[in-house]
Amino acid sequence: MAENEIKLSVADRRAVAWRHQFLQGSWNYERMQNGGWCYAMIPAIKALYKTKDEQAAALKRHLEFYNTHPYVSAPVIGVTLALEEERANGMPVEDQAIQGVKVGMMGPLAGVGDPVFWFTVRPILGALGASMALGGSIVGPLLFFIVWNLIRMAFLWYTQEFGYSVGTSIAKDLSGGLLGKITEGASILGMFIIGALVQRWVSISFTPIVSTVTQAEGAYIDWSALPAGAEGIKSALEQYSSLGATGLNVEKVTTLQGNLDQLIPGLAAVLLTLLCCKLLKKGVSPIAIILALFAVGIAGRLLGFM
Amino acid sequence: MNAISILLVIIVAFFAGMEGILDEFQFHQPLVACTLIGLVTGHPTEGIILGGSLQMIALGWANVGAAVAPDAALASVASAIIMVKGLGSADTTTAINTAIALAVPLSVAGLFLTMLCRTIAIPMVHFMDAAAEEANFRGVEMWQLLAIGLQGVRIAIPAAMLCMIPAEAVTSMLNAMPAWLSGGMAVGGGMVAAVGYAMVINMMATPEVWPFFALGFVLAALGDLTLIALGVIGVSLALIYLGLKDLAKQGGGAGGGSGDPLGDILNDY
Repeated sequence: MAENEIKLSVADRRAVAWRHQFLQGSWNYERMQNGGWCYAMIPAIKALYKTKDEQAAALKRHLEFYNTHPYVSAPVIGVTLALEEERANGMPVEDQAIQGVKVGMMGPLAGVGDPVFWFTVRPILGALGASMALGGSIVGPLLFFIVWNLIRMAFLWYTQEFGYSVGTSIAKDLSGGLLGKITEGASILGMFIIGALVQRWVSISFTPIVSTVTQAEGAYIDWSALPAGAEGIKSALEQYSSLGATGLNVEKVTTLQGNLDQLIPGLAAVLLTLLCCKLLKKGVSPIAIILALFAVGIAGRLLGFM
Repeated sequence: MNAISILLVIIVAFFAGMEGILDEFQFHQPLVACTLIGLVTGHPTEGIILGGSLQMIALGWANVGAAVAPDAALASVASAIIMVKGLGSADTTTAINTAIALAVPLSVAGLFLTMLCRTIAIPMVHFMDAAAEEANFRGVEMWQLLAIGLQGVRIAIPAAMLCMIPAEAVTSMLNAMPAWLSGGMAVGGGMVAAVGYAMVINMMATPEVWPFFALGFVLAALGDLTLIALGVIGVSLALIYLGLKDLAKQGGGAGGGSGDPLGDILNDY
């Protein structure tokens, strides 16, 4: 290699990583993320090429079609930086080679980024934060925002550096088993958590009363026979703790919901979710399903079964 | 709302709109956007609760490839503004439940707006091409930033318009709502989370991973297990499963035979 080899400094690479966050800003139906990609490459182009012709050629080279998941795009830009660096140092790197690497990597990587980030990490962190937020705690949103951005920024920077250091050899790794494993592991974790979320957060309650039974004496608290004052409260609480919730009234009311929950808690929720899966697969729009569910809810309340 | 609150709401809306396309910092997620609007309008708790409820619905909304999901940005910002306006006279629960119900049609409106912006961005990248031709870095950068700004304005303008509607109009609308309607919307709101989960499931489900869904579902019925505990179980299951699968592959390769250990044992009998 020549003495005066041009290298991208850490500052250059940081600048690219920072701008890479705006990748999707000019997302368009023609060439998708091309504008953001070119915008991210500008600090590197400025550092590597000095003549106006070279700069113009480089800018045009990076305005080609590009679209992938915005985070896993980081290793792609890392590899591209390595290629551009070689080219700037006189190595015979063709335009087609650079575009080929981008296109070759973006497909498989998007296949990993979507399930890992959009369908595993975000639902998990979101559900965790939301479950705290439902109680009005600021910790929920803060936790979601901070943890998500720490993970995201660390991922963007380190995978870009990884791509930069391994250069084109990463393209071989892509066909290897590692990506497949990450996707599979994420699917397992994601499905497990979604199962848990369906149980906890899809709420359907049927109100119809299945039966009303007058309970035997001793199975309920005889409110008129309690001693007066604090003694009475104590006695009532003692009886309540041994009799349970059905001890409060003479009549024991069994709702349809109670019966369903004895089979499997959340059975109705999981059935509804599976129905939604079916409908979505048939091509019914999610919006239509959501509106239909609101309609069912209103009808259910009007007719008194929900 | 006073002038400062309105200004801050519009700024929050602008950030949410930009993030609706960038999908990086997550200012457009209900949990963040509703909380911020709650904070700047002096109703932090209600904002956080609304954000949590909407987040549960929006968990599975994601832009995959060129497909555009229901828009969380407009849904969170606009419904939070409506909730704040409604808090004046209606009670908190009604205001929050109505805001949740309104979020869904709003997310569709946001979807059309973002598709519009993505179309307007086409001529913008052609201007970038022209700037690239002359090695004009500033030009490329300017069009990129303008495109992002356009997405911010997409939410900021509807937010500003909503702020202008007098609070009395919103509250009288809320109060005019009969109990069956608001109650029914609450019931519907409890169910719509299923749609988001179904979207995630359809993305990931293979026959191989369905048992993990079942495990998660039954384990969640144990109230003592927090979501963090469930996460630990999930990660462990994934690691164990992948490890065993690797072992099975190696065993099959090294052991030779028919590749079916149980079958080999049975044959030996």
